Amino acid sequence: MKKLINHVDDVLAESLDGFAAAHADIVSMGEGRLFVQRRGLRKGKVALISGGGSGHEPLHAGFVGHGMLDAACPGHVFTSPTPDQMLAAAEAVETGAGVLFIVKNYSGDLMNFQMAADLLDREHATVIVNDDVAVENSTYTSGRRGVAGTLIVEKIVGAAAERGDNLAVLHTLGETVNKATASMGVALTSCTVPAAGGPTFQLGEDEMEMGVGIHGEPGRRRVKLTSADEIAVELTGAILKELAPKRGQEVILLVNGFGGTPSLELYLMVHAARKVLAAAGINVVRHLTGPYVTSLEMAGCSITVTAADSAMLALWDAPVHTAALRWGM
Amino acid sequence: MSHASFIRSATQTLIDHADELTALDQAIGDGDHGLNMKRGALAIQGKLPQLESKPLNDALKTMGMTCVSTIGGSSGPVFGTLLVTLAKELPPAPGPADLARALGSGIAALTRLGKAEVGQKTLLDVLDPVRRLLENRSVQPSGDLLASVRQCALDAAQATAQMEAIKGRASFLGERARGHVDPGSRSMALIIGAVCDSLRVTP
Repeated sequence: MKKLINHVDDVLAESLDGFAAAHADIVSMGEGRLFVQRRGLRKGKVALISGGGSGHEPLHAGFVGHGMLDAACPGHVFTSPTPDQMLAAAEAVETGAGVLFIVKNYSGDLMNFQMAADLLDREHATVIVNDDVAVENSTYTSGRRGVAGTLIVEKIVGAAAERGDNLAVLHTLGETVNKATASMGVALTSCTVPAAGGPTFQLGEDEMEMGVGIHGEPGRRRVKLTSADEIAVELTGAILKELAPKRGQEVILLVNGFGGTPSLELYLMVHAARKVLAAAGINVVRHLTGPYVTSLEMAGCSITVTAADSAMLALWDAPVHTAALRWGM
Repeated sequence: MSHASFIRSATQTLIDHADELTALDQAIGDGDHGLNMKRGALAIQGKLPQLESKPLNDALKTMGMTCVSTIGGSSGPVFGTLLVTLAKELPPAPGPADLARALGSGIAALTRLGKAEVGQKTLLDVLDPVRRLLENRSVQPSGDLLASVRQCALDAAQATAQMEAIKGRASFLGERARGHVDPGSRSMALIIGAVCDSLRVTP
């Protein structure tokens, strides 16, 4: 393992301290590093709280600030945070209008957020994000994972919270955006959890994992590496099958890097995905491209498409000022 | 009997097997199970002096809360809820029938929490056979109960390899998870085995 670290046990704490120092104008660190919170809380605004395992940076702490999250709770690498973190965060940033939790659909995250919600004596609701179409959905399984689409939910719901929408409205909006969003990813390499010391899985020079998640976990299928165009056809095709958009539908296209793939290739994938979408008569009206929901140093990318109406697009365009996303202010 | 000895032995076995548990999790999960269990085990060991002086139920409750606040992931709430339920349900000096009953309540609590059932490649597939064994043996005592429970737990964990995962991260692999032992079940079996061993040494 080759990483820029001091001691394996200090990776998270030292990284969080660096993050808080670098973005001290936007965020401050909660006591005991249990959460990262936004500076300048607004009274009477619904508090948006997310969180999850670390290793996906900039998700979630990088999205704390004006127009997105009020607090983010970082767990250990790829491990959901504990209930006391969400409880402390809620108590610190709730200003009278209630708390909306945004949770990615993983058993651990659901259980820890649920335990926190059960203990919280303030009004609250939870949006569960499950945008990954690589995983088959069924009433009997854990269902689909929450992956890069989480960013889109956090941005759109965050903008609505900023303009003063109430908890019930935000809850419904979050579920609507989640339903309108689908993602799928491909990995070219695995990644190494610092404390584990070695890669989570091994891939041959000419292999890729199709339908991979964001934890260096194996995907649905291991296949021979193909061209970017063929990969884009498979990923985007699965997304379109799920969303079944009408011709002319306006969409937001997020091409997300997993941490080890350069912008050169990500923009090439944007080009490839746009061709597939154009052929289906889909109109890409907004783009976001870059490593936003990563899996440590894993190489590969995910494609996320959100079928957006004009109200959702207006919220997407609304001003945001966080460590990782900033526009309009 | 001092419960300090089985707490020490159960936590130590998790620390000793951390690499093996992580390797199991790398095969079908995200490769952190051993590390997370080790973190919880070390946190509990750090509280040993305090746990030793408490009654069994209070010690179990403190251990459960320690799991919830230090392990994270699904293992934190799962092992935490199990311990807190045992703390609530067990009498101060439990026998096999008490244990069987309390495990039944634990299984019900975990079913509610994780919406999983027996047969879905989770640690319930270790707890349930152990519960049934304890229930039967409390009616018809025979042989070496500690040895039977220990073996039952280890065999049950091994048998999860043949199951398809329906809950948790391994479920994202579908059929590909088959052939691999469920890491949480292996942890559960290690804990049960260590408790049996320590009860044998210090009856």
